[in-house]
Amino acid sequence: MTRPEPATAVGTGGVKRGLADMLKGGVIMDVVTPEQAKIAEDAGAVAVMALERVPADIRADGGVARMSDPDMVRGIVESVSIPVMAKARIGHFVEAQVLQSLGVDYVDESEVLTPADEAHHIDKWAFTVPFVCGATNLGEALRRLGEGAAMIRSKGEAGTGNVVEATRHMRAIRSEIRALSRMDPQELYAAAKELRAPVALVQEVAESGRLPVVLFTAGGIATPADAAMMMQLGAEGVFVGSGIFKSGDPARRAEAIVRATTFHDDPDVIAKVSAGLGEAMVGRTTADMPEHERLATRGW
Amino acid sequence: MSAPVGVLALQGNVPEHLDALRACGAEAVPVRRPSELAEVAGLVLPGGESTTLSKLLEAVELLEPLRERLRAGMPAFGSCAGMILLAREAIDARPDQHQLGALDITVRRNAFGRQVASFESDLTVTGVAGGPVRAVFIRAPWVETTGRGVEVLARVPGSVAGPAAGKVVAVRQGPVMATAFHPEQTGDARLHDLFLRRVRDSVATG
Repeated sequence: MTRPEPATAVGTGGVKRGLADMLKGGVIMDVVTPEQAKIAEDAGAVAVMALERVPADIRADGGVARMSDPDMVRGIVESVSIPVMAKARIGHFVEAQVLQSLGVDYVDESEVLTPADEAHHIDKWAFTVPFVCGATNLGEALRRLGEGAAMIRSKGEAGTGNVVEATRHMRAIRSEIRALSRMDPQELYAAAKELRAPVALVQEVAESGRLPVVLFTAGGIATPADAAMMMQLGAEGVFVGSGIFKSGDPARRAEAIVRATTFHDDPDVIAKVSAGLGEAMVGRTTADMPEHERLATRGW
Repeated sequence: MSAPVGVLALQGNVPEHLDALRACGAEAVPVRRPSELAEVAGLVLPGGESTTLSKLLEAVELLEPLRERLRAGMPAFGSCAGMILLAREAIDARPDQHQLGALDITVRRNAFGRQVASFESDLTVTGVAGGPVRAVFIRAPWVETTGRGVEVLARVPGSVAGPAAGKVVAVRQGPVMATAFHPEQTGDARLHDLFLRRVRDSVATG
């Protein structure tokens, strides 16, 4: 174990955001067992998300969804060589402390689990382990960055196999960034108020035309074409939750989604890898979904 | 330089490497296909996940063409995952991981530990003038052994406690160089400049 001297530092913004940079162009897959983690790694996943139940099952089972059993997280950490992420409930800083102590590489403060705090997200600056957080729009993304998140993903509507919400979130984030870039600097204070986001971050985004961290997509991605569309909409990588292990042939689908992410701008490749994949997960529409079943509205 | 320099663009922090090369005045292009590899005068292997990159290299049929180009003396520069791929041997990697063998070194994958042990530090790098380089190590490897002909460019400072102190983290062998850290992450393009000088030399001597 390295104990760096003052000249060296762990847990800096650079190393937290840096790991997300290394995952760019890749696919992060939800897994619930070490065996699934190995299938994901074999298929070319850049990381796995260790959780007890995939979102589709969390929806079906109901009840309170919490951090996974430490034994299960440890089992997955030991079974693969790629980074392992795990989910903590929104605001549940002790679950996050536990995950950090287990040696996970990234904590997802996730709306897929039942929120533990209705007002406050985790103070992510207090941790050495980096955090990824979901966002439905730019203001939400910047609030999470203000709290110390080092990576942002769209929320989508997890566990539905329906990409429409992720599309909405990706388009919202990108178009709000473009709107900021066109503004007069004097207008950014009001924009920050409107977005309910820190002024300094709003100014940074306006200046650079991008989020200061990596932006992935998540929620409802079920096919290679879904993944490629998200990449063309400006995602820098893809989380796939229930879409792989709720499908007919997980290993092949996983590999196909990885390939479609790398070659997201090449329809010939996407056509090739999409052929003969077997059953995709059973999807459900979100437009008629009752409010209490929606996960994307969790988080504040 | 007539031919562009490529960045292997299967996965990883490709844009930062492209930016750094362009900041040095080079024409830089992403490489995902054998036809694109054939066009470049040198190749950067970026940071990313070495396990994933190894799988993708094989899947997109770049592995053998890349080995061929490296054997023929194409200049290459690997950072972190790129260093692991260029090495002759990797410890703590999956047994089916492909090694390009362009550097006669043995690397240890994730040698410093998991992400919570990732760190940054100032490093003095041989051949890089103008003071130390801010080196960002992310789930980084280190070099365990170096063969004859491998020049050590940087080591972890002795002030870092534990087994990391003094470990080799930047090397060069002929036209191929590699760093365990990420020079592309800091906006300091001096290492890319060092690499581009190799590419120019190699183009000049044909």
